[in-house]
Amino acid sequence: MSEQPIRWLKFSSPKHFYFLVERLAPWLTGVGLLALLLGLYVGFILAPEDYQQGNSYRIMFLHVPAAWLSMLIYLLMALYGLIHLVWRVRMADIMARALAPTGMLFCAIALWTGALWGKPTWGAYWVWDARITTQLILLFLYAGYIALHHAIDDRHKAAQAASLLALVGSVNVPIIYFSVQWWNTLHQGASIAPGSSPTMATVMFVALMLMTLACWMYAIVVPLRRAQTLILLSEGRSQWVRDGLLVKQGGDRHA
Amino acid sequence: MGAMLWSLLRAELITYLWRQQDLWVVVAFYLAIASLFPLAVGVEPALLRQMAPGVIWVCALLASLLALPRLFADDHHSGILEQLLLLPLSLSVVVWVRIFCYWLWSGLPLVLLSPLLGMQYGLHGEELLWLVATLLPGTLLLALFGAIGAALTLGARGGGALLALLIIPLCVPVLILGAGALGEALAGGDPMPWYYLLLALLLVALPLAPLATAAALRITVD
Repeated sequence: MSEQPIRWLKFSSPKHFYFLVERLAPWLTGVGLLALLLGLYVGFILAPEDYQQGNSYRIMFLHVPAAWLSMLIYLLMALYGLIHLVWRVRMADIMARALAPTGMLFCAIALWTGALWGKPTWGAYWVWDARITTQLILLFLYAGYIALHHAIDDRHKAAQAASLLALVGSVNVPIIYFSVQWWNTLHQGASIAPGSSPTMATVMFVALMLMTLACWMYAIVVPLRRAQTLILLSEGRSQWVRDGLLVKQGGDRHA
Repeated sequence: MGAMLWSLLRAELITYLWRQQDLWVVVAFYLAIASLFPLAVGVEPALLRQMAPGVIWVCALLASLLALPRLFADDHHSGILEQLLLLPLSLSVVVWVRIFCYWLWSGLPLVLLSPLLGMQYGLHGEELLWLVATLLPGTLLLALFGAIGAALTLGARGGGALLALLIIPLCVPVLILGAGALGEALAGGDPMPWYYLLLALLLVALPLAPLATAAALRITVD
């Protein structure tokens, strides 16, 4: 049996990656939009009012995916950081950089929607709950990553320093989470846990899953597109960019 | 190796003797901001006692951030950092010595002065001991975490503020555990679980943080 080279490794080259995204992105966008429309329909029209929370529970359809993704994207960023530090793969840094603003956005959305849901449900926009506090600290971690990347002029150093920071941060996230939880049990009596709601009706679950899919697609497509832009910024002078993109437009102009 | 380590330690300490100004600025800052809180919130003794662990700990955190930008910066500009990288010692060991001396110089004075603040806030007797006991590993932890940030921001624009942004989230567990232990001691509870966790965190950070700092230095210097 002849040894087949691993095909997908070639997408660690910016050029192949660029054209792969060019082909994939429209499909993923389509799936995302479809899931969004279906999810909004099921979530707003089909799903009934909650007998306790009324309509305000529907915020969950955006809040929960956003909270999941904000955590997941940070871990993914740290993973790309590790890959970048160990194997010096440049695409890994581009991916981590492209993911950071989206992760921060979801983090902010999770906090914002959480506050909007908290006001009618708990009577307060902000509660020092363990998860909420961890989420807030995660927002600062994202901000630190982005700020560090922007603050170092040398691109390679910036990439490596930011990767290391993401890695250190990811080691810290569980420690932060548990310490906040212990702190929480000390300072508050019976905490109002966001996860203690009774089991979910199937319709609500379907809406949540659809919205999660939509958010996932957003979290895939937008960073991929951002990565494309970053590739063009760093490879603007290389031949394949001229051949593949600029000449085509120039040809149109001449025609 | 032992001789080299010793001369390194001595050189570090002598350098800090030349930089006494840094020490005094940090100490004055610590005492000044801790004295601001009673002025702002009032001098109700019960309130002060309740605030004491949090306020003193946050002040210690802020004060230990103050001198951090200079932890590696001077040596970076003068080229000594490159020489340190070339030593036949592991860079993490060199970094470890540097952090330890830095802590002796800017962390330990905060710890030793903290009973003074404690008395301002109406703590007494054993509570002052707990204040010192929690700040002792706490400030060392802050120095260990801070060194990672100081090394990462070495070549970066916007030094101090950026450093604070990077370090503050990482220091949250230290603050929670340290202030938690102290708060528990003041409330008459059992501070030991918190204290053990704080020490455990220190034991984890002691080998790992210098590793990360050394990696960050290699990135910025080469």
